[in-house]
Amino acid sequence: MELTEASIRNGAGPLAVAKARTGIEGLDEITLGGLPAGRPTLLCGAAGCGKTLFGMTFLVNGAARFGENGVLMSFEERADDLAANVASLGFDVDTLVAEKRLIIDHVRIEPSEIEVSGEYDFEPLFVRLGYAIDQVGAKRVVLDTIEALFSGFKDEAVLRAELRRLFNWLKDRGVTAVITGERGEGQLTRYGIEEYVSDCVILLDNRVFDQVTTRRLRIVKYRGSSHGTNEYPFLIDDRGISVMPITAAGLQHRISSETVPTGIADLDAMFGRGGYYRGSSVLISGLAGTGKSTFSGWFANASCGRGERCLYFAFEESPDQIVRNMRSAGIELQGHVDSGLLRFESARPSLYGLEMHLTRMHRDIVDFDPSAVIVDPISAFRGVQSEIHATLLRLADICKDRAITALFTSLSLATDHASEADRGVSSLMDTWISLTDVEASGERNRVLYVLKARGMSHSNQMREYLLTSRGVRLIEPYVGAEGVLTGAARAAQEARERSDAIARAQISERRRRELDRKRATTERQIAELRAAMSAEEGEVEMLDQQEAGREDMLTADRAAMAAIRGAAE
Amino acid sequence: MNPIQEATADPARPGHYNLRLYVAGQTPKSLSAIANLKKICEEHLAGIYTIEVIDLLARPQLAAGDQILAVPTLVRRLPPPIKRIIGNLSNTDRVLVGLDILPGIAPA
Repeated sequence: MELTEASIRNGAGPLAVAKARTGIEGLDEITLGGLPAGRPTLLCGAAGCGKTLFGMTFLVNGAARFGENGVLMSFEERADDLAANVASLGFDVDTLVAEKRLIIDHVRIEPSEIEVSGEYDFEPLFVRLGYAIDQVGAKRVVLDTIEALFSGFKDEAVLRAELRRLFNWLKDRGVTAVITGERGEGQLTRYGIEEYVSDCVILLDNRVFDQVTTRRLRIVKYRGSSHGTNEYPFLIDDRGISVMPITAAGLQHRISSETVPTGIADLDAMFGRGGYYRGSSVLISGLAGTGKSTFSGWFANASCGRGERCLYFAFEESPDQIVRNMRSAGIELQGHVDSGLLRFESARPSLYGLEMHLTRMHRDIVDFDPSAVIVDPISAFRGVQSEIHATLLRLADICKDRAITALFTSLSLATDHASEADRGVSSLMDTWISLTDVEASGERNRVLYVLKARGMSHSNQMREYLLTSRGVRLIEPYVGAEGVLTGAARAAQEARERSDAIARAQISERRRRELDRKRATTERQIAELRAAMSAEEGEVEMLDQQEAGREDMLTADRAAMAAIRGAAE
Repeated sequence: MNPIQEATADPARPGHYNLRLYVAGQTPKSLSAIANLKKICEEHLAGIYTIEVIDLLARPQLAAGDQILAVPTLVRRLPPPIKRIIGNLSNTDRVLVGLDILPGIAPA
């Protein structure tokens, strides 16, 4: 069966074997549900690997969370010591004991006291265990470390026969047992008890590489069940054990076509869809002082501004320092920190190994459940390139799987935009923004460009940007014959163009005035002609009227004359 | 099987042997251990011993309480210090060494 995180979470796969959950973060995922219920599991590892703690966690979780009471038979540590040792992890063993949900039985072995005469067997061990199991109705049993018997009793043949009987007896009782064993030379345990416990074998390891210790866990075998086969780093800290259940990248992430703003409006405009895809991974690489953290800060600010949680992993600066520095860039993050939307996790890269960092980051991500994660910067990790790559791959997968938009910054060392480290991770990144310096005319100017943006069109232009106290401002590109002009050169060119434009405007203005004047002259002439015309019309009319008057008079005269003549006749 | 008391003398007397034998059920091993113990005591500690046989199947809480790991286990509770011998006591010499009884000193 192909093993992916998703399938583990969904509980997919054949679950022929009943499982008992350990409640240990991550381990239940790797084992697809827990340890084989009703069967013994061998837990082996060198001193200081956390075997006892594992066993104790298994029991305490069983009693406190899963309703399965337990018995711890300790052959090494006394009950009080055990309780005290795990109290710092928040396990209240004393209460569980008082409530009869847990029994701790310390088996004292003092070789010097024991004289042997004749045959014997270990029936009291069975009696003790059986009695304890019956007292609390235990479903879980831890034997820590039964191999101590070998130091007390010299007759190995008897001991081995009895151990075989014990493990069979445990199976018959139907309890889920964890038997711890010290790591041996050339075999899993010092006395080879793995030959009796064969259902499930888990190996713990504590390796020091380059002065950094990393704890690892591996499931050597798990009869009747599939399981994660890798070595998984695990962490023991104030919150107990957590295992990092990262398996081969499933590449089955749910993807989103929704985008989230970059927090910088001008930058949004460079992407075809106005931002990063939600759940994608973004790399911002650049030289020192190009404002990688500022870009991260704006992104964080935008995320929190939308009311989404953002987790900021800082490997170079302390949270307070980041908040202060961002304030100078115009970003006020303290409010988001106070409201709980923004959480910083600062740690020096050299504090742990890569695996440990990853485990912690994973746990923080699971805890905080952010919608955006910022890692500033990934170039702070030192180590074998392939390991860094694997770590980042898993981190990117964790984020993708949870639809978290992850923003990584990386410090480039050379002016070459793609340093070795960047190239290594570029295949993991969906979007890559490169910040560089352009040196020209005695000044350095910051220029950014979008190297790639999977699944969306993006501007192909190199854009100069300014880090101002009011934010990041992208400047309209000037692309001339000699390439992109930046800074003073761009300003000079723009000034030149501005004066040209003014000159052109003046010429056209003058032409327009000329035209206006001509139009005015023409209109005046038309007006004069029209006036002359109307004067002439007036005269004609007057003459016409005079003529008409005269006609009337003549007619009247003629009538009068006729009257006079008529009277005379 | 009930704990048996084999009082043949005053248990309060100094030098008295207070012995306790832990067994688990009436197995051949426990029966032979009881027989062997009685024989050794009669031979070497006649009159100055008490034997108490405890069956852990009947009193399982004593397995943890008395830190018993193997059976049969013989515990010399008195005289101090406490001594333990495991096995069916078939090797008399080892029992005598374990109980701090030197052969020959015992009454003939």
